[in-house]
Amino acid sequence: MACSLAELCVCAAAEAFRGEGETMVTSIGLVPRLAASLAKSTFAPGLMMTEGEAYLVSEPVPVGPRGDYRPKIEGLMTYERVFDIIYRGMRHAMVTPVQVDRYGQMNISVIGDYARPKAALLGVRGYPGNTVNNANSMFVPSHDRRTFVAGEVDMVAGAGYNPARWPGGRKPEFLDLRRIVSNLAVMDFQGAGNAIRVISLHPGVTFEEVQDNTGFALEQTGGLGETAAPTARQLGVLDRLDPHNLRATVFKGNPPGRRAE
Amino acid sequence: MIDKTCSIRDIATGIESGMTLGIGGWGGRRKPMAFVRELLQTPATDLTLLSFGGPDVGMLAAAGKVRKLVFGFVSMDLVPLEAHFRAARQAGAFEVMELDEGMFQLGLKAAAARLPFLPTRVGFGSDVLTTNPEIKTVKSPYGDEELVAVPALPVDVAICHVNQADTLGNSRISGPDPFFDEWFCRAAGKAFLTTEEVVPTDAFDDPLTALQMPIERNLVHGVALARHGAHPTSCAPAYGIDVDHLRHYSAAAKGGWPGYRAQYVDGLDLEGYVEAVGGAARIEALPLPVF
Repeated sequence: MACSLAELCVCAAAEAFRGEGETMVTSIGLVPRLAASLAKSTFAPGLMMTEGEAYLVSEPVPVGPRGDYRPKIEGLMTYERVFDIIYRGMRHAMVTPVQVDRYGQMNISVIGDYARPKAALLGVRGYPGNTVNNANSMFVPSHDRRTFVAGEVDMVAGAGYNPARWPGGRKPEFLDLRRIVSNLAVMDFQGAGNAIRVISLHPGVTFEEVQDNTGFALEQTGGLGETAAPTARQLGVLDRLDPHNLRATVFKGNPPGRRAE
Repeated sequence: MIDKTCSIRDIATGIESGMTLGIGGWGGRRKPMAFVRELLQTPATDLTLLSFGGPDVGMLAAAGKVRKLVFGFVSMDLVPLEAHFRAARQAGAFEVMELDEGMFQLGLKAAAARLPFLPTRVGFGSDVLTTNPEIKTVKSPYGDEELVAVPALPVDVAICHVNQADTLGNSRISGPDPFFDEWFCRAAGKAFLTTEEVVPTDAFDDPLTALQMPIERNLVHGVALARHGAHPTSCAPAYGIDVDHLRHYSAAAKGGWPGYRAQYVDGLDLEGYVEAVGGAARIEALPLPVF
């Protein structure tokens, strides 16, 4: 089906949750939230998610102003319990870091020197705990060398596949980076030594373009194909999950999923 | 008969320079802001703050009162970046101990249990350990695994804002999430509550209400009435985040802080502040945030 780039990304990001059973999803930002909601509404009904604050809900809450809609509560998930579920590992987080490096290390703390940063951002938040305890995926809306940096990220908030930073050189037992969806391609961590590997290209994008916009060498799967377009059913579900069409605001000008030649 | 009532000014004037403060709430939600504004008007400085930070951190940093900040983030939720915190952090105005949110909680829990540390895997692989070289690791006595020993994070004084309290120090948080307020209180030498409402004890005489009461009264040293005292942060279910005010406050980070505090802080009691931000009816009409 013809779709927007945002819709393509939502559907590709939803695939990160395929095969998850009763895993709690924490999805930060509009595309991750819609991705988790789409997965739960279609092929991963066992997923647990919240209304964005403190309650687990039995059906994904549509994004944006709710009108008469009332979240359908099925349980409690205060921040304190979020930590408990992280430590038990029964969670998959999808976040948007400001920087990512070849190891999958993520940064949302500071840009530049740590003591006198050029830009102070949020702080490490829960990234250190998330990454050593449960599955993590990413949505990156601007695939460029400022985001996918050469060397290491300025401040390692999320742990990655970098043995030099592991205690005794031993991989943290529950470190599990899964998938990165960007505006250009879909990647995983199944390259040599968990290297980042392109597994599909968004329609009209070449591997060379993705590589040129990445600060480190990427691997690719053999017979690299196109990111799957959403089905009519998926787009219909998205209309219900995003009734105000907020997804049209993800990318400037709301470009189509298949880039014009 | 125990009577712990006091004023927000009493709590603020009890804060001495060099103290370590734990501030309850989370980002843009249920912050004891009326207390923070009183503290801005005292000479206390050189403070160490522990906070799941919001405008509490930003205002105290803007006023130059912070020597050290222990934090996992500073954000105002619907206004994600805290401009005053950013400006001070970028200027290197205070020391930082930047921790994962869960490590922060473990540090409070260690202090609460009077333990020197609690073990975790959190921190490995990240710069939380390299930027905080004082955080040590320990070897499991039951195997060979190396674990991070999160140090206890005791505070001299904790301040939290609640929906209801009685004069004994019993209290109720009726919003959906109590955050980590109880752990700040348990980790504190002295804990104080500011409250939307002071109620008779029998207002709590209900089993479901009791589930919203995470802070025991014997943790509490003082209770101060502060109606609308979380503004401009939210206090669910009574009122939401004042996004317009927070944007106005954020804009003041570009040289406008003296004007902001002259308009909303200096010489104003809580009643005067409420009038300055548009009145009680306006605050009570602020919609609860939708995340």
